[in-house]
Parts: sequence; C-alpha cells; structure tokens
Amino acid sequence: MPAITEKIMKIIFWLSGMAIIFFLAGIMFTLLSNSIPAFEEIGLKPFFTDGVWRPSAFAEPTYSLLNMIMGTFMVTAGALAFAVPVGIAAAAYLSEIASPWEREFFKPIVEILAGIPSVVLGFIGLVVLAPLLAAVFNIPSGINALNGAILVGVMALPTIITLAEDAITAVPGEYRHASLALGATRWQTIWKVTIPAAFSGISAAVMLGMGRAIGETMTVLMVTGNMIARPTSYLDSVRTLSANIAVEIGDVVFNSLHFHALFVVGLVLFMITFIVNLMADILIHRKPEVNR
Amino acid sequence: MMMQIVNTLKNENKLHPPLTNNSSEESALTGKDHFEVKVENLQFFYGRKQALFDINIEAQEKGVTALIGPSGCGKTTFLRVLNRMNDLVTDTHLEGRVCIQGRDIYDPATDVVELRKRVGMVFQQPNPFPKSIFDNIAYGPRIHGEKNKNRLSEIVEKSLQGAALWDEVKDRLYDPALSLSGGQQQRLCIARVLAVQPKILLMDEPTSAVDPIATQRIEDLVRELCRDYTIIIVTHNMQQAARISDYTGFFLQGELIEWGETSRIFTRPRDQRTEDYITGRFG
Repeated sequence: MPAITEKIMKIIFWLSGMAIIFFLAGIMFTLLSNSIPAFEEIGLKPFFTDGVWRPSAFAEPTYSLLNMIMGTFMVTAGALAFAVPVGIAAAAYLSEIASPWEREFFKPIVEILAGIPSVVLGFIGLVVLAPLLAAVFNIPSGINALNGAILVGVMALPTIITLAEDAITAVPGEYRHASLALGATRWQTIWKVTIPAAFSGISAAVMLGMGRAIGETMTVLMVTGNMIARPTSYLDSVRTLSANIAVEIGDVVFNSLHFHALFVVGLVLFMITFIVNLMADILIHRKPEVNR
Repeated sequence: MMMQIVNTLKNENKLHPPLTNNSSEESALTGKDHFEVKVENLQFFYGRKQALFDINIEAQEKGVTALIGPSGCGKTTFLRVLNRMNDLVTDTHLEGRVCIQGRDIYDPATDVVELRKRVGMVFQQPNPFPKSIFDNIAYGPRIHGEKNKNRLSEIVEKSLQGAALWDEVKDRLYDPALSLSGGQQQRLCIARVLAVQPKILLMDEPTSAVDPIATQRIEDLVRELCRDYTIIIVTHNMQQAARISDYTGFFLQGELIEWGETSRIFTRPRDQRTEDYITGRFG
C-alpha cells in the first residue's frame, strides 16, 4: 500500500515540475507562431530600422521598435540607477548593522512593498509624483520617463533588497573578523570586504530586479505618457515595449498584420527578460574562487 | 610523554635561548615594571555565564607566551579580550584591568581601531579574503590610508618575506589567495597582519587546520617573529607550547591555574592540575 502512494506522489510531483516546462514552452510557441505571419509579410528588418511605430497608418505603416526599446531602456536604467544603490545599502544595513529587533521590523515592510499592486503605484505616480516633478522641473506635465523610472525603481527595490541581503548574509563571518582584526572600521569592512565577497549574489539580485523593471507594464503605462516619438531626455514622454502591447492590443483587429506585429514586440520583450534572467542565473551559480 | 616534552624543550632551548637574561623566574616576572601586556583581576562574562575568573598575567615585550588547556577552558576568549574582538559578541562584559603598552584598553577613551592595529590577530582557520595575494596583504595598509603604489609593493614584499612566503608566491602575487594551500594561506594571514605593523601578535591555534609540514614552517616562523613582536599563542598541543614558547600559561575551566617560564611549567609545575594535564592524565 505505502509503495503505491509513494509512486502516485512521485508522479504528482513530477507532473508539477513538468507543468512549468510546459507553460514556458507554450508561451514560447504562442509568441513565435503568432509573430511568424508578421515576419513573413514585412521581414525582420523594419522592426529594427530607424523610424517610428505606426502600424495602423493608412498610407505607409512603419514598424520600428527602436524608440520603444529606447523608452524601455531609459525607464529600466533610470529605475536601476536609483534602486541599485538604495537596495544594496538597505541590504547591507539589514544584514550588517540592524539589530535583530530592527531586522524583524524592516523585513515585513520590504515584503509589503513588494505586494503593492502596480496599478496602485501608477495611481500614486499620477496624482502625487507627476505634479511634484512638474513643479520641480518647471515643465507642463510630470508624465514622463523620469516618473516611470522612479516608480519602477520602487517596484524593483524589494527584489534587490531581499536577494542582496541573502547574498551579504551568506558571506562567511571569518572575512569580517579578519578585516576588523586588522583595524578596519565596520564601514570599511562592509564596503571593501563584505560587499565585494557577495558580488556575484548582489549582481544576480540586480539582474532579477532589472528583469522586473523591464517587464513592468501597468505603472509605466499610466505615468510615462506613451508617446511614440524618440525621447531626448528623461523629461520626455516615452512608450515602453510592454506598455505598447497593453495600449494597442485592445483595439487591434484579430489576426491582422498589426496584431502579429504586437506579438513581435512581445517576443522582443521576452528575449530581453530571458537574457537578463539567464545572466542572473549564471551569476548565482558561478562558483566562488575556491581551492584549485 | 613527560620525558619526551622535556627533551624537545632542551633541544629547542639550545636553538632559541630564552629572551630574558634573568636566571630566576621570579625576577623575570617582577624585574620590570612596564609590561607589554598586563592583565589584572580579569572577569569575563557571556551574558550571565562567567567564562574567565580572576585572571592575572603579564607578558614582557617580545618573546612567545603560550596558552594551553583543554577545549572550552577560556584560552581563546582570553586571547580575544586582548584585541577586543569579543566586542563583536553581543551581551558580553568584563571586570578588571587589561593594559597593553601601559594603557587600559577597556578605558572608554580607547580607539578600538587603533588598538587592533597594534594588536594583530591570526585565526584558527586560515581566512584570506577572496582577493588576490597582493590585495590581501595590501588591505591593511590601504584601509589605514596608504595609497602610494610603490610603498604598497614594498610593504607587500616585506610582509611576505616576514611570513616566509615571499619565495613561494613572488611570481604570482595577483593569483587568488584562495588558490594557495592551507599552510600557505595561514602564512599569508600572518603576512597580512605584519603589513599593518603591529606590536603584539595574537595567534589562536594557528596550526590546528594545517598539515604537519606547514605546522613546522609556522612554528619556525613564530620563533623568528618573536624577536620583533610580542606573541601570545593559544594551542592545545602541549608539545608545540614546549617547542616554541618562552612562557606558558595553563587555563582550566576559565581559570589561569598557573603560568611561568615554559621550561619550569613543563618540568616543575607547582599545581597538581597542571602536572596532571601536561602528563596527559586528562584533556
């Protein structure tokens, strides 16, 4: 009898594991098969040549993704420029400086931050951050790349803090003791020994935070303005790849060229996040320098 | 066992005559009023549990003092009192006076960073940083403000020579320190301490994690270094204490049972418990 339950359990767990692979393969297949008609009709090149995204233009539709790739890049880079230093510093604080009591207090707060729905953050971006940015920079509207970058940075923070804290906590205590015994201050020890020793884990944290930032849709859709023109500064409106799909998928004709072109956008987005996550994975599993 | 230790000791004494010229131990201990390390009535507590009871010990400048005793007897705790590494353990406190170079190191005005510069420490497990050999040695001087590349190279070379490692690593200073063998890593850690030019070296069973050949090297090194540094070494290897130290202290259950010249402790211990320990009746 127990042998049978054992077997059934094994199969159930195996199926659960396989389901993940099945979902991923399914998503890949859907994206690819729906993108192919677009490639067949217009080829690969128009997506990556200079121009704008105007697939529904009456005379001459254009399909360039470059401005949107740039928008995605600006929002992501801006978000990381703010979230990486703050996230690493917060992680170092939690694992190296905070008393056990403070740690117990702060860790749930970080988790709550991770749980805030992105639409709520977008709303805050609209009613709080946008007027603030408009006033600070003396511009007519604060609906721009900077607004999106700040909010996406806030969304990437919990990922970066949690994973970087794990990496820093995993640094052997002997390194800290060696450093302190040489007369280093706690600050010097954190900055010159602990964080460099946790480097691969921290990089992975940053990569996963970046994956989060690249794919983020609702918030950026609400606060970046969604202009398809080429942005020239952070105070310009931008449209990201993810927001582009969300904006247009609602009123596109099913199975039209425009429809399939949007799948190409999804495919590009998927490839970018896939590469970022793969890099994170490689960094996490990279063996630290050990006895050779 | 006893005879063996005494023989080792005799041989060693020929090679390394005791550094003090005083023939009688008592005058050696009291003849100088300024000690490098002077501990008076030290009580140490982890929370409410007392770990050290009324320790009184002195060490003169230069030479090796070995601390022996069974595991858990407080010798490592005592060693970590001397550079305030116990500060890192929460909920510890102490009573009594610990003076190093004439200054009470538990005085509120003490600069702990400066203290640890003067009192270097080598740990039981070799603990090089995951950096290159060069960067390991240069770490101390760098954090203390040395930026000049030539000066740093000089310090690295001198420190590695001081730790008898230079010849083995001079062609691969930029290799990861963790690619060295365990014994080399421990000498690297010694070199790293030498690079900040301490006056006192604390060593916590520095040979317990390395092989016999590396142990021999490190023991020779300790004898070399004690010409310039005051060394206090914790060991649970009595033969090692007999081979390399000028003075020996015997700890048991948080008490310093007896201390004095190594030759005297190992030949004419005054306390029955010391005799029982060094003759191998327990421990």
